[in-house]
Amino acid sequence: MTFLIDRRSNPKKKSAVNRQRFLRRYRAQIKESVAENLRGRTITADGQGEKISIPARDTRQPVFRHGQGGKITHVVPGNEEFTRGDKIARPKGAGGGGGPGQASDQGEGLDEFVFQINQQEFLDALFDDMELPNLTKRQLSGLEEFKRVKGGFASDGAPSNLSVVRSMRSATMRRIALGAGKRTELRELEQQLQALEDSPENREQRHDIESRMQVLRDRLGRIPFIDEVDIRYHRHVKEPIPHSKAVMFCLMDVSGSMDQKTKDLAKRFYILLYLFLSRNYDKTEVVFIRHHTSAKEVDEDEFFHSRETGGTVVSSALDLMKSVIEARYSPKEWNIYGAQASDGDNWPDDASRSTHAITELLPLCQYYAYVEITQAGDKPLWLTYSPLREQWPETFSMQHITGPGDIYPVFHELFRKQSA
Amino acid sequence: MNAIVPLSTESDWTFELLQQYEREIARIAEDFKLDTYPNQIEIISSEQMMDAYASSAMPISYHHWSFGKQFLSVQNSYRRGHMGLAYEIVFNSNPCIAYLMEENTLTMQALVIAHASYGHNSFFKNNYMFRTWTDAGSIIDYMLFARKFIADCEQRHGVDAVEKILDACHALMFHGVDRYKRPYPISMHEEKRRQMEREAQLQQQVNELWSTIPVAADRGDGQAELRFPDEPQENILYFLEKNAPLLEPWQREIIRIVRKISQYLYPQRQTKVMNEGWACFWHSHILHQMYNEGLVNDGFMLEFLQYHTAVVHQPPFNSPHYSGINPYTLGYSMMQDLKRVCDAPTQEDRQWFPDIAGTPWLETLDFAMRDFKDESFILQFLSPRLIRELKLFSVVDDEEQDHLEVTAIHDEWGYQSIRESLSANYDLGNLEPYIQVYNVNVRGNRALTLRHDMHNGRPLEKENAEEVVRHLHQLWGFDVVLESVADDQVKSSIVHSELSADQH
Repeated sequence: MTFLIDRRSNPKKKSAVNRQRFLRRYRAQIKESVAENLRGRTITADGQGEKISIPARDTRQPVFRHGQGGKITHVVPGNEEFTRGDKIARPKGAGGGGGPGQASDQGEGLDEFVFQINQQEFLDALFDDMELPNLTKRQLSGLEEFKRVKGGFASDGAPSNLSVVRSMRSATMRRIALGAGKRTELRELEQQLQALEDSPENREQRHDIESRMQVLRDRLGRIPFIDEVDIRYHRHVKEPIPHSKAVMFCLMDVSGSMDQKTKDLAKRFYILLYLFLSRNYDKTEVVFIRHHTSAKEVDEDEFFHSRETGGTVVSSALDLMKSVIEARYSPKEWNIYGAQASDGDNWPDDASRSTHAITELLPLCQYYAYVEITQAGDKPLWLTYSPLREQWPETFSMQHITGPGDIYPVFHELFRKQSA
Repeated sequence: MNAIVPLSTESDWTFELLQQYEREIARIAEDFKLDTYPNQIEIISSEQMMDAYASSAMPISYHHWSFGKQFLSVQNSYRRGHMGLAYEIVFNSNPCIAYLMEENTLTMQALVIAHASYGHNSFFKNNYMFRTWTDAGSIIDYMLFARKFIADCEQRHGVDAVEKILDACHALMFHGVDRYKRPYPISMHEEKRRQMEREAQLQQQVNELWSTIPVAADRGDGQAELRFPDEPQENILYFLEKNAPLLEPWQREIIRIVRKISQYLYPQRQTKVMNEGWACFWHSHILHQMYNEGLVNDGFMLEFLQYHTAVVHQPPFNSPHYSGINPYTLGYSMMQDLKRVCDAPTQEDRQWFPDIAGTPWLETLDFAMRDFKDESFILQFLSPRLIRELKLFSVVDDEEQDHLEVTAIHDEWGYQSIRESLSANYDLGNLEPYIQVYNVNVRGNRALTLRHDMHNGRPLEKENAEEVVRHLHQLWGFDVVLESVADDQVKSSIVHSELSADQH
């Protein structure tokens, strides 16, 4: 007796729970590894999973086993040269050389346990214990996606939606209903037949009853087991899915004082923010605004790579951001995030205008983060923005970045989970 | 006479073809009097195969991070091409579940059906180790129970608490087998009911043992101190389950689950050579029979032979591919050799195997399969001729000598010695350290003492041992001492005490 079963279509992730258990157990090590990777990560390489290596020592499962030493008799195949009594120099290193490979049967010799995690798990580790500081807005907009939800049963539909249970149930109902009268009559005739003695004078009557019973049985037999009218199908209805949308404004100073290194640091910061936002929102758009004395909306490539010279007027960028919001991103629909990176320079006369512009912007934003990339102390813009921290503790924050190693910690600080 | 047409001439399999092959294989297996459980053959993908790897082929198992780790490491080596996956995995249950990889060619599928579903399957059903230690009918039920119980515990006591216990139990898994008592199989419902009972009773017993009411005649007249347990106990997990003072009932039940599973897998570790040998012998015989009947063509046979020779290849000791004796080679060669001794014994065979030389081979092989394990099988049936063929020799590696010494080679003086040494290498005592619960300081600090009998003076691997002792301490709750003993003298010991634990 043999059963042949095709299991290939079974759900694949049978050990997904075990995998989660493993990741959970080594969360601390994985986070460390992720942070480590981030330092060396090229900016464009998002969307990929991540290779994680954690010390094999930590993941080992100990059991009692024999160590080196004592007296062991190995039996080994392939003798070509030895005779009894031969002495062989003990092989150095790898536990016993020709002996059975007992030294390491679980790859314990390896120092690192290396494995791959996917994008989702990478981001989970990366943004673990971080959150968006303000509530998100969810909107039903015109371009909706729909999801199919179950909506009861229907008497027509595609064969793949056939509901076997429902169909069988109504078939049973129909069979009972159609046969009820005949079965009752059959039972009565049965009793009559039993009451009637089997004698010659009753023969004709018995024959009548029996032929009537036969007719009834045939009719019962003709009630179809399943009929067209019994068939039921699952019905699905479409329901619109509410979407949450976010727009992220990247503001960067591209004046002469910003060199490529500083821009790279800024870029890493933006990438992190982008990953973080796209994890929290269904749809994330990015607007790049660069400025020196005047501001301009550009595409990503130009944003990071072209170079300008000249002075710095921060308010120009803030003004542009405001007008873009007014034109395209209604705060009612969109969650607006601002991220500004700068080396902290600003035209002295611009300070009051900047303050004014940013105070107009902040009510529109969910969150506005300013990072100052500088080796020196507080720069003009830092001083301009400083008071905002007190006025808008919910939506505004600012941090210093001095080198690549700072970016993740600073980011972490900006979006740290606030205890309620 | 009708010319018989081969079942197929292509290398891709379909379900119809597999069914035809399976039917023929079943027929031939029956002609050869193979007694098997019903088969359940499941076609799976490579990812599912990795799943199966991760849970030692158990179709159902509880959740634990170590299975996840296992999966990740298999997946990693597989993706990088460091290892291929097995063509099949077979699980000892009734019906006997065999997993076949979808990537296999038709030839390979036929081979693994013969190998797993008839070879291994009949071994599982008839070998005395399996008959004694496992109950194929109830294992799936039991695993279902175990999985549910552990999931419930996780709900009630948290994942971390359960994980801790499981980690500790896994470390001691190989020391959870009673070698002399036969386990009685029971169904899931029965198991559930008994588990409730146990929970209540067990705690009572433990309390009794640790009762603080003083016992009269405590250490009186200079007699030898009474030990608890009276006799050393090798089943450490069992001992902990019954006697550890601080465990909660659910923790004891988890120990029991791990112990039961360990016991179920125990025969596998002791019959590797025989089991694989038997399965290889039969896949080879069955497919040859199919060829003789004209059911498969030359191409099929060539492909089969290529796989077969790769599986039973034994690289010599000085080859870079050498990694110990290949159990497939040893087992297969011994089975084939046994058949040869029955069919065409030489003078030498008559001398070495007076009982079986010239007997009907089918019956002799059946007998050999039923009543032996690797150790006794080799001791009984390894023939001089096979020793010559494999060019076996034995080397003694004694710590106290500067050199390794060749003590026996494949000659008249060496046969018996090689046979004994090889057999001893498959003795469980040789493979795994032999450790027993020796004493509990019942009156004092409740310290638990275990003793490791040093087999041929072999020590424990220290780092691992220390970690396991830490796990032991976690289950026991009080100090744990592990002594390595040779010639009745304690050679070394590992101590894990409360105080030292606090310092770290």
